[in-house]
Amino acid sequence: MSDVAVEITGLKKSFGPLEVLKNIDLKVNRGDVVCIIGPSGSGKSTLLRCVNVLEEPNGGKIVVNGTELTDPDVDIDSARTKIGMVFQGFNLFSHLNVLANLTVAQRKVLKRSEEESSKIALHNLERVGLSEKAHSMPAQLSGGQQQRVAIARALSMDPEVMLFDEPTSALDPELVGDVLGVMRQLADEGMTMLVVTHEMQFAREVADKVIFMDGGYIVEEGPAADVIGNPQEPRTQEFLARVLDPTHHGPSDPV
Amino acid sequence: MAMSKRKRAGYIRYAQYGLLVVITLLVAFLADWGQIKGAFFNTEIAASMFPSVITVALKNTIIYTALGFAFGLALGLVLALMKLSSVAPYRWIATVYIEFFRGVPALLVFIGIYYGVPIAFQMQFPPLTTVMLALGGVGAAYMAETIRAGIQAVPKGQVEAARSLGMSSSRAMITIVIPQAFRIILPPLTNELILLTKDSSLIYILGLFREQYELTKFGRETLSRSPSLTPILIAGLCYLIITLPLGYLSRYLERRGTTGGRKKVSA
Repeated sequence: MSDVAVEITGLKKSFGPLEVLKNIDLKVNRGDVVCIIGPSGSGKSTLLRCVNVLEEPNGGKIVVNGTELTDPDVDIDSARTKIGMVFQGFNLFSHLNVLANLTVAQRKVLKRSEEESSKIALHNLERVGLSEKAHSMPAQLSGGQQQRVAIARALSMDPEVMLFDEPTSALDPELVGDVLGVMRQLADEGMTMLVVTHEMQFAREVADKVIFMDGGYIVEEGPAADVIGNPQEPRTQEFLARVLDPTHHGPSDPV
Repeated sequence: MAMSKRKRAGYIRYAQYGLLVVITLLVAFLADWGQIKGAFFNTEIAASMFPSVITVALKNTIIYTALGFAFGLALGLVLALMKLSSVAPYRWIATVYIEFFRGVPALLVFIGIYYGVPIAFQMQFPPLTTVMLALGGVGAAYMAETIRAGIQAVPKGQVEAARSLGMSSSRAMITIVIPQAFRIILPPLTNELILLTKDSSLIYILGLFREQYELTKFGRETLSRSPSLTPILIAGLCYLIITLPLGYLSRYLERRGTTGGRKKVSA
């Protein structure tokens, strides 16, 4: 198999008259962790949601694991089983307990047996440190626990790529560490990951590549040490100054 | 004279209680209790209604309502999905159906089905089927709107999560959205069941046999042979046997829905 997990060329996406992504090119190598940073409205979540075609692109090409997802004849449902996604709002199935959250797609989509899917689910719950919560309902868990269950749910499909859409943004500060810890462990195990995040420390320590987006373009990309540590573009410098030292900046210019 | 707001509210409250007592006394005083006892509480007639009021009439009311509700729920779900469909003609059909059957008195629908279907299709349905079609057909129009609202109340993220795991849109609808929608609409759906229980009285129009009588028909039929309104009272009390527990169930489900179980996590 090729060592490119995700290849995006000339990607365009508009919502009505609003152009959110303007000609994006991006290549993610197998086993790499790519963090996407940028101000809100820069298009970073939309870019991530295009990778598994939760948002239908208006132009360009998206190839994941060798399958072109922008091909009109592609079986998108089967392609998505290989692309795990973790959402800002967790989106656990609220009517199912934790174990059923992890097994429902395995059984209905991958047609695994009840026994096999439970085994895989319990293994993945153990990976995120929540084995004892298998029979809890989502509403009984803290936000951090829910997000780790959501990660385990995505992992249970044996994905080749994992997408994280601001996975810690909805969490209380003291719960962020648990989720980032699980993500770091995944990265260490060699999972290919695309992460939209505001956690600069995580990006700095875990990412193989950092992408800074603004206004629908990729403004700057490179190793974390360069993009975060020594940004070249003025817009990147301005954004990082605000994020890393928020108390010493006035309100931003109206857009 | 200075009077605090709270004090004034207290006096007004007492005045209201006083008025209620006066009205009650007046009504009790003016009513002819001897007549009322004879007209509504004739124990002889009441006794003569048992056990068939339970074994035939109450049983039939429950059977008719259950059949109508089951059919109405299934048809209502189909209509709700059609109403939410991206295919415009489906939406039109559902809208026309819902608006028509919600806007026309159930009695007219029953007459239409009872006399119209045999003419249109040259076939006579068995009475239970006619009851099911009539009651369910009307109930479906109401339930469709309730179900549609429930489906739309399920957060969009639930579908996105399901799709991201490789479920098709219909699979996500069946496995994820509809079960959650029904949890949300269980209280209003129980209310629909209560309304349907009472609407089942309208099927007297279908000209049923004695052993097919439901409560209202049974009460009216007994009434025609007795000099007292007692049968109507008994029939009414029998409806309460069904509707009161359903009302409690509905309120219980509503309470459970808003407090425990499905609480929102602030995280």
